Amino acid sequence: MITLKDVHKSFGPKQVLRGINLEIPKGESMVIIGGSGTGKSVMLKSVLGLVAPDQGQILVADQDVTKADRDAFLARFGMLFQGGALFDSLTVWQNVAFRLLRGSLKRPKSEARDIAIEKLRRVGLTPDVADLFPSELSGGMQKRVGLARAIAAEPEIIFFDEPTTGLDPIMSGVINDLIREIVVEMGATAMTITHDMTSVRAIADKVAMLHDGVIKWTGAVSDMDASGDPFLDQFIHGRAEGPIAAVR
Amino acid sequence: MILLTPLAHLGRATLALFAMTGRVCIFALEGISHMFRPPFYWREFFTALMQIGWLSLPVVGLTAFFTGGALALQIFAGGARFSAEAVVPQIVAIGMVRELGPVLVGLMIAARVTSSIAAEIATMKVTEQIDALVTLSTHPMKYLTAPRVLAALIVVPILVGIGDIIGIFGGFIVGTQQLGFNPASYIKNTVDFLEVSDIVSSLIKGCAFGGIAATMGCYFGMQSGRGAQGVGQATKSSVQAAAVLILAANFLLTSVFFSS
Repeated sequence: MITLKDVHKSFGPKQVLRGINLEIPKGESMVIIGGSGTGKSVMLKSVLGLVAPDQGQILVADQDVTKADRDAFLARFGMLFQGGALFDSLTVWQNVAFRLLRGSLKRPKSEARDIAIEKLRRVGLTPDVADLFPSELSGGMQKRVGLARAIAAEPEIIFFDEPTTGLDPIMSGVINDLIREIVVEMGATAMTITHDMTSVRAIADKVAMLHDGVIKWTGAVSDMDASGDPFLDQFIHGRAEGPIAAVR
Repeated sequence: MILLTPLAHLGRATLALFAMTGRVCIFALEGISHMFRPPFYWREFFTALMQIGWLSLPVVGLTAFFTGGALALQIFAGGARFSAEAVVPQIVAIGMVRELGPVLVGLMIAARVTSSIAAEIATMKVTEQIDALVTLSTHPMKYLTAPRVLAALIVVPILVGIGDIIGIFGGFIVGTQQLGFNPASYIKNTVDFLEVSDIVSSLIKGCAFGGIAATMGCYFGMQSGRGAQGVGQATKSSVQAAAVLILAANFLLTSVFFSS
């Protein structure tokens, strides 16, 4: 479904991606792990076309992302941003139904609102939240609204950028369970980036470890603990000692 | 070698200025092109109309009123040196309509609207809301820039017209209440002296200044760096650029309209 071939990206003199090769089959939940600043977000944004790679090829359903019709291409995606990225000037339901209120997926306002409320229910929020503004919500609620927005148009592919960052362990567990349920229920292909190992074990079918701009290890989540890869071992056990420098 | 260092700095600064001018021009042209290509975001357009037009009325009105009043006092005092006190209505009218009305409204819009647009868009960029727009199949230039620039192009000339009238009214109040002018003759002198070309030039200036103010706010907001510092820098740069460009455009337009 998603294929990255030898993807490179630099920002000035800093080489962030140095030749990423990765394959995510349809319907699979892939979690990308790696330390802060290793290029996880850049990789994800490259797939979406928010960042243009300097070299290499990214294919989604065998179609080169740089040659695809942008609207049709993006209509296949849903994305949960790290901070929610909810639009401050719109109410919760307008945020959730954003894609349904404009563009090729436009529906009548009342129908879009009904879908938004149903999606809010799906992520555990009551309909009375619908008319609030994002600034009136807690961090956990904002994440849930972001999740509802990501699934509102029932996309084939969903990206989750640090879905549990800034949340307490219980709310993190709630979000992890929701993501897993939704991905399984919708049969969507999911790509999550995180360094929260609880999330990894809750969400992933497969895991890829990104370090120094390349994929160091990839495999099933069940094989992760016995991988024998020193980079992965250090990361999943949170050790200061190992091949990954603690101060980067 | 040391002697060449200032020249090298000057060269780099000049190149940077040209590069930024080019980027701003491309940005403005792209924004304008989106005004004529669907989809159109009417809700954002009408919100921008309210924000830029209606909500700027108090500050524009007060600024114009006090400036008109002060202008009347200055002209009266200055005119007294060569027995020309009687020209207060005419000079207030021409001063407000040709110069002070458009420039003051433009600068007030730069202070109030440019800063607000830049801060809002920069915050949206920092909090990934711009990226979210793209992932939701919505072009940020079409959704954020085009409605704001179009609203400013339409509503700022109207604000300038209102500012001109309030400024003249400020001069009228001072002239009739403090300087002893007859109200009827003050109004007659004002109306007789003003020409259609004065009013047209005022409104064209308003249109140009509105476009500059909104474009600068959108451009610097979109170019914002990270964090609170990035938002602050974008806001400051947008107001500086808008103010300087408005004054430069005013000189240019004045030269075009009145140099003969």
